[in-house]
Amino acid sequence: MINLFNYIERKSPIHRLTGASKLLCLVLWSLAAMTSFYTPLLAVLTVGAVLLFRLSRIRIKDISFMLGATMVFMVLNNVLIFLFSPQHGVSIYGTRTVLFTIAGPYVVTAEQLFYHLNVILKYLCTIPIVLLFVSTTNPSEFAASLNRIGISYRISYAVALALRYIPDIQREYHDISLAQQARGMEMSKKASLIRRLKSVSGILIPLVLSSMERIDTISNAMELRGFGKGRKRTWYQGRKFSKGDILAIAVCVALMAVSLGLTIWNGNRFYNPFIA
Amino acid sequence: MDKDIVISFENFGFQYKAQAKPTLYDINLQIRKGEKVLIAGPSGCGKSTLAHCINGLIPASYPGTVTGKLTIGGKNALELGLFGLSQLVGTVLQDSDGQFIGLTVAEDIAFALENDCVPTAQMRRRVEEVAKLVDVERVLQHAPHEISGGQKQRVSLAGVMVNQVDVLLFDEPLANLDPATGKQAITLIDEIQKQTGCAVVIIEHRLEDVLYRRIDRTVVMGEGRILYDGDPDTLLCGGLLQESGIREPLYVTALKYAGVALTPDMHPAFLPELWLSPDQKRQVADWFAAQPAPQAAEEAPILLRAENIDFTYAAGHHALKGVTANIRRGEMVSIVGTNGAGKSTFSKVVCGFETGQAGVLELNGVDLNTYSIKERADHIGYVMQNPNQMISKVQIFDEVALGLRNRGVPEQEIRERVEETLKICGLYPFRNWPVSALSYGQKKRVTIAAILVLRPEIILLDEPTAGQDFKHYTEIMDFLASLNRQGVTVVLITHDMHLMLEYTPRAVVFHDGRVIADKSAAQVLNDPETVAAAHLKETSLYHLSQLCGIEEPEEFTRRFIARDREVRS
Repeated sequence: MINLFNYIERKSPIHRLTGASKLLCLVLWSLAAMTSFYTPLLAVLTVGAVLLFRLSRIRIKDISFMLGATMVFMVLNNVLIFLFSPQHGVSIYGTRTVLFTIAGPYVVTAEQLFYHLNVILKYLCTIPIVLLFVSTTNPSEFAASLNRIGISYRISYAVALALRYIPDIQREYHDISLAQQARGMEMSKKASLIRRLKSVSGILIPLVLSSMERIDTISNAMELRGFGKGRKRTWYQGRKFSKGDILAIAVCVALMAVSLGLTIWNGNRFYNPFIA
Repeated sequence: MDKDIVISFENFGFQYKAQAKPTLYDINLQIRKGEKVLIAGPSGCGKSTLAHCINGLIPASYPGTVTGKLTIGGKNALELGLFGLSQLVGTVLQDSDGQFIGLTVAEDIAFALENDCVPTAQMRRRVEEVAKLVDVERVLQHAPHEISGGQKQRVSLAGVMVNQVDVLLFDEPLANLDPATGKQAITLIDEIQKQTGCAVVIIEHRLEDVLYRRIDRTVVMGEGRILYDGDPDTLLCGGLLQESGIREPLYVTALKYAGVALTPDMHPAFLPELWLSPDQKRQVADWFAAQPAPQAAEEAPILLRAENIDFTYAAGHHALKGVTANIRRGEMVSIVGTNGAGKSTFSKVVCGFETGQAGVLELNGVDLNTYSIKERADHIGYVMQNPNQMISKVQIFDEVALGLRNRGVPEQEIRERVEETLKICGLYPFRNWPVSALSYGQKKRVTIAAILVLRPEIILLDEPTAGQDFKHYTEIMDFLASLNRQGVTVVLITHDMHLMLEYTPRAVVFHDGRVIADKSAAQVLNDPETVAAAHLKETSLYHLSQLCGIEEPEEFTRRFIARDREVRS
């Protein structure tokens, strides 16, 4: 069974941060990386991301599935950029250094390759941070800290419950799918796309029905134990903001500021090595 | 008013908003502090509705009209509301999986405290105290899927005990537990009640299992009314239980067959204290001697050959270790064992849901590995436990036809085969109904019909009677037995000892990935070692035969079952 959104319990400084500050850092970090094409900054962020990942003591094999999926996406993205806009780099950097020609408009230029390098760096500096957030944040603690930063506890708890039930629902999907295949539902590539889509509905209907039952039980169980009674609640997994949290947020705010500052100072978002 | 009364129904009635008739009529019932009360009755008798009135889900989650008065802890229940009642009444629901809210054991226990805004440090201390009380302090950091069914129930209990409630309400606590765990649950409830002194109300139709520990009072309900309210000994002496569709303890039925006249002073409600005079013991022994010995069935040829099956999951769990279990044509067999013993894995390997096993797996001498999942399904049908996990069509006819349509069978033939199957399953009158209009038991039939229509040689059912009362249990099992008589080989995965005793001549017992016994159900249940390993429970017939000095407990069980089937059919 493949685990998405899997919290992995380890002892590390990253695990010790509260979920809310990790979420805030994730947003700031990605914004910093997304808004800028300033290559040295992206390189620094990439090195930082890899170092933070090492610090978290999460192993590559723990998150191999998600890592693989994003890598495939990254390659696909680059291929599509080249197919649809092989001269994008030229239009950005204003020079044209031809390296070799493939065919027709597909001329490989140093500018285009440099642009691709930037795109790849953007992926490399955000992917580890996203994976870090997902695998080092305990859903309950995350709910607690969302609540702390002012989000209603009902919404916060709903988020935690959703995360908690993802593995159960995956397991159920798997079981239902097998039982339906036994009744002759074709899920393999032998069937046409439309047929396969129809087959998926044959799994989703029972899945939705049995999930409804589950929701009914859980909402009764929660109410019976006083959920929704007061305007506030406390959290078993609640944690206070520590110095580490403040430090992490401060660093990310600084990164965001540097990214913005570079864009303003530079006049555009790109670092251009082609005009001296 | 008596201070000790914690729950008091006075001329109480209730009607659900969507229903034409009331579900509860004229309920008058008082429950005192420290009392342990069993409320029994068949499905639909109103016992769950009564429980929902006590814990406040009625009218908060299930609106309707209340008549009369319900007082809990001296206050009007309607005024207390759901949250007020949650401070007085702790409810343990039937489904201990579904009510596990937290991500870990500790969080789940803390849930009620969190909602009461108890500071985190104080909460952690209280969680530890309560965890110790129910003996789960070593698994506090575990996730729900890492602990056993019995532990889950302990956690549910701890989760309501953190509030220091006056009443503990158990809604069918035994429904999802294996027999041995059920026995432990009843013991635990008994101990907690003695320690805390709160009133305990158990809603359950499995009378014999609850009577494993002493009960102060039994209330029997039927069609929304209280039919009996008094001590369990007197109840067992009369005939009310059979009339209202509740199964009496097997030993009580056996005594009645033997013609022993039961009186309350013999203490029939608590087996360890059951007192029989020497004459009565002789009566039982004589009855046993006079019963004809049931004939053993002839051995049919092997249909499914499974020899030395070894299977390890991709994640590394070695689930089957050299399993040998052959199924003969026309047999009805049960597969028993604890959760995780390998019985589900075995059925998945047989159906082709899991592949890559070592060993011989043949159907009619043909290697099953040469078949795909779909092709195996033409020979081996698999029915999941929860019918809602299988049903994907709106109309009953379409649901049953689905497998044939997927196989490209001509529409004319589909119509004939579906109608024939619906007739066998007693669903023909409903063929144009939407599935959603059916009861749970009828839905179960639809899922069995949807498999039968493919004409498999074997059908494999996972817990076919889980959560069913005696009447529905009998309906489903009699139906399966009639299919079996028509030549379908039936394999049942079950926890239910009555089921294996009454319907399947043979039982295969799994334990820790191995088959530890493969013999008659009566032999299995009279063998203390197998019983302990597989988390089963010795039948009360075993104790009765010992009490009466009968030296062949297995044979006693077998003759009793044969006689009982005659009487009931």
